[in-house]
Amino acid sequence: MSGRDYLRETPSQTAGPYVHIGLTPNLLGTRVYPGDLGTSPIREGARGERITITGTVRDGAGMVLRDVLLESWQADADGIYPGGDPRGPADPNVTGWARIAADFETGEWRLETIKPGRAPCPDGRPMAPHVALWIVARGINTGLQTRVYFEDESEANAACPVLARIEHKERVQTLLARRVGAGDYRFDIVLQGAGETVFFDL
Amino acid sequence: MDSGPFYPRDRGWHPPAYTPGYKTSMTRAPSRPLVALGSTLSEETGPVFGRDMLGPRDNDLVLNFTGEPALGERIIVHGRVLDENARAVPGVLIEIWQANAGGRYRHRNDGYLAPLDPNFGGCGRTVTGADGTYEFRTIRPGAYPWPNGVNDWRPMHIHFSVFGSGFGQRLITQMYFEGDPLIARCPIANTLAPEAREALVAPLDMHRAIPMDALAWRFDIVLRGRRQTFFENRAEGL
Repeated sequence: MSGRDYLRETPSQTAGPYVHIGLTPNLLGTRVYPGDLGTSPIREGARGERITITGTVRDGAGMVLRDVLLESWQADADGIYPGGDPRGPADPNVTGWARIAADFETGEWRLETIKPGRAPCPDGRPMAPHVALWIVARGINTGLQTRVYFEDESEANAACPVLARIEHKERVQTLLARRVGAGDYRFDIVLQGAGETVFFDL
Repeated sequence: MDSGPFYPRDRGWHPPAYTPGYKTSMTRAPSRPLVALGSTLSEETGPVFGRDMLGPRDNDLVLNFTGEPALGERIIVHGRVLDENARAVPGVLIEIWQANAGGRYRHRNDGYLAPLDPNFGGCGRTVTGADGTYEFRTIRPGAYPWPNGVNDWRPMHIHFSVFGSGFGQRLITQMYFEGDPLIARCPIANTLAPEAREALVAPLDMHRAIPMDALAWRFDIVLRGRRQTFFENRAEGL
């Protein structure tokens, strides 16, 4: 109890280069389970606008990570979260969670989902639509938390209490997915250096 | 269902992002400070996994690849998942992965000369019971060399991926084995201060060993706790 009557959280360690063995074994061709978990955050019939988000993750030397793994978590089209939202049940066809390994050759990652609605902050003010991302890889000692917001939601973004907490306003744009086509967004992540993506402690 | 804000992470207890002894971290560590604020619904909710999605051998790495037993030292790895308030965390998904007894991973990018074991896949998963307990059967992984320093070897370890009741509890870590002299020499284990590193070292558990069958190691996992919002939510005058 370390003298405080609380336990201490188990410390993080890197996921390492072979994270796929445990989390996406079927992607490697290892048939221990019938399928990998988290292949899609939605099922047929999910309400809302279908969108695709693609991107890469680059390191401080500008190299694209080909061994990175991301997980996404989001609300349904009404802003209700599937897992334990105290406001009530979410769209049954939105599971909200996806696991995305970057392509082993190109490092591109891709998420096909629906655009989430707005959910409130603890003080009741609405956050802008966003998809939470958790990023692990070799060389990342603790999973990085960031969020994908959408550049075509400028009104909601301007009112989002989370984005408002970013002191250096020019860094907000690192969290805005660029609209590159109808329902298609681009979100490139920079771990370090010029254009470094904002990472959160939430 | 649990709800309420998470305790902030103690970022001085977790490894720093930039740890030059572990070379890959040098270009993969953010150089700007994390933007901090309290957790929101986006972190306080998370995916739900049921035991019904598991196959009967998902937590048995000795048999779950081909049905024939893998080679190596047969072990049980078990423990409890608790939160910082020391409450059991039931129904959470734990996934593990590891090298085989010779230190070789079944992965397209592992070129180590130690051979693959045709009967060992190297992954397992389970969901914690009502009291937060979990159990795997596997073989003890071997140490292996890695291109960091000239002669760096990873200690024997099992990778753990753990979900909580909220996405903000998401954790990946590594379990080490009590008494392994490579732990103190490992640049990845040494991204942690000694006291934190010790929390990842599983003790031998002879009480749980199965005579004439398997040794056992105990690894308890602690996830972020939630603030008790009970009083704040009480109606006036209660």
